[in-house]
Amino acid sequence: MHELTVSPWASLAYLVAGVCFILALRGLSSPASSQRGNRFGIIGMTIAVVTTLATHVPLRSVAVPPGNPHDLMIDWDTVGEILAAIGVGAAIGLVTARRIAMTAMPQLVAAFHSLVGLAAVLVGVAAYLNPQAFGISDLVVPMIGQPFAVIHPVSRIELGLGVAIGAITFSGSVIAFLKLNGNMGGKPIMLPGRHVINLALLAGILGLIAYFVTEQAPWVFWTIAILSFVIGFLLIVPIGGADMPVVVSMLNSYSGWAAAAMGFTLHNSAMIITGALVGSSGAILSYIMCRAMNRSFISVIAGGFGAVADTSGGGTAIDRPWKRGSAEDAAFLMSQAEQVIIVPGYGMAVAQAQHVLREMGDKLKAEGVRVKYAIHPVAGRMPGHMNVLLAEANVPYDDVFELEDINSEFAQTDVAFVIGANDVTNPAAKTDKTSPIYGMPVLDVEKAKTVLFIKRSMGGVGYAGVDNDLFYRDNTMMLLADAKKMVEDIVKALD
Amino acid sequence: MDFIAILSIFVLACFVGYFVVWAVTPALHTPLMAVTNAISSVIIVGALIAAAAPTVLGAIGAGSGVAKALGLVAVVLASVNIFGGFAVTARMLAMYKKKERPVAPASSK
Repeated sequence: MHELTVSPWASLAYLVAGVCFILALRGLSSPASSQRGNRFGIIGMTIAVVTTLATHVPLRSVAVPPGNPHDLMIDWDTVGEILAAIGVGAAIGLVTARRIAMTAMPQLVAAFHSLVGLAAVLVGVAAYLNPQAFGISDLVVPMIGQPFAVIHPVSRIELGLGVAIGAITFSGSVIAFLKLNGNMGGKPIMLPGRHVINLALLAGILGLIAYFVTEQAPWVFWTIAILSFVIGFLLIVPIGGADMPVVVSMLNSYSGWAAAAMGFTLHNSAMIITGALVGSSGAILSYIMCRAMNRSFISVIAGGFGAVADTSGGGTAIDRPWKRGSAEDAAFLMSQAEQVIIVPGYGMAVAQAQHVLREMGDKLKAEGVRVKYAIHPVAGRMPGHMNVLLAEANVPYDDVFELEDINSEFAQTDVAFVIGANDVTNPAAKTDKTSPIYGMPVLDVEKAKTVLFIKRSMGGVGYAGVDNDLFYRDNTMMLLADAKKMVEDIVKALD
Repeated sequence: MDFIAILSIFVLACFVGYFVVWAVTPALHTPLMAVTNAISSVIIVGALIAAAAPTVLGAIGAGSGVAKALGLVAVVLASVNIFGGFAVTARMLAMYKKKERPVAPASSK
């Protein structure tokens, strides 16, 4: 039996679906076009699903004598099962989407990636167990014994890659989820010789996929899958919690390549186009994150970076003088300012301070102060995370600026208000060649006339394990308190 | 379709992806991750094929029965992603608003 013949109409429909997905991503070039783009995505997915259901109606043979034993009728049981499966998934997905807090978006994205990875593995296994149904094999009928299917050599490579990438995506995303959700410590866990182990596993997987072409034995297939699950786990475990933006982007990319590999196996243009789009998207986001941290992708993936937040030294050895301020001081300084730039970071998300922050911004605006927000690309635990949290708090998006666009304004700004960000404001990145964060693009907050820095206490260091020079400058005032409480007090003082 | 044809589609799609994704504004990077996750669940096509496949000759072991069950599980997983992914993206995108009035600071200073 040759390849599954796909009707040209179905191929055309899949192409249209792919184009819809391209338009969905294109819509994200601005908030104005984004919601329409999302609708295109939904339309594209609907086209793909309906086309598949219409061209693969489950059939059952009706062997009722004296009728033709090859008479086929629709297998309504299976139709029901499929619709039920879609329904269950839809219910879980919709409820989760409605209830998830925006501060938990990184974990949710990681969890969703794991589902795609697992789905890719399951589809790969199904294709391996029943290759005739996917049209990827030739049936061999021996003289004696059962007929068996021989999967085409190229399909074996595609299948092997799809399962491997899917498995890595799954186990890697599970670990990323646990780290982001706090179930697993953010500290990197490093096994001895892990680089050798990982490289050996990778070589093993690739070697087995090549071997699979010559020998279609079950043990080869299952070993590929198992080794891939293991390497996914081992790759992510040594990566520190705040490097998760790169990890999640990377896994996003992998989920795309897994879908693409399956698309090659099934000769489906919708899956191939989608896989390419998602794969490129994740790769570009990873690149942007790494560039913003001035670290190479390899160094991030190699892991091991990231100090423990609660230092076992109990603070800095050098006792440098620093200025402390109160909420009233802050309120006074800001209400007298012409322009205030707010710099939010992960700490704001943890404290859930985005709403009171917006209230503070509103009160300042009512007094004639110009309020802007400055976002560093790696602020938060996911690309664009701060923007979503501010949007959720009803901050208009034209008040929010990226690093490149706002950095030059700090020199003309009266007050820089840093809440929950640390390493991204450290001037040592520009001057101190010995600092681990040297070379990383940072926000020039120290150029403002006054810097207000919210932190829970003076002890403890940022993610990179360094103390922030910003704290000890003459024009910096430290506001030591929980972020949300401090901002609430400032709001009261502004009244 | 033969291999070179689908490879061509793939290569061109990668280029399209490169240009389209660089055009995404950084403020929308989180919705980008959410929507790319949703569309990557187009893997449901493969899952549906497995779930709808008739019992055929040549299937390995318990064969197509297991394949069908796995296909159904994959349909559930992919559906969670599809519905959840597009819904959470829509929810996020609805939050982005411009300033309500043109900039006219109330000069009470």
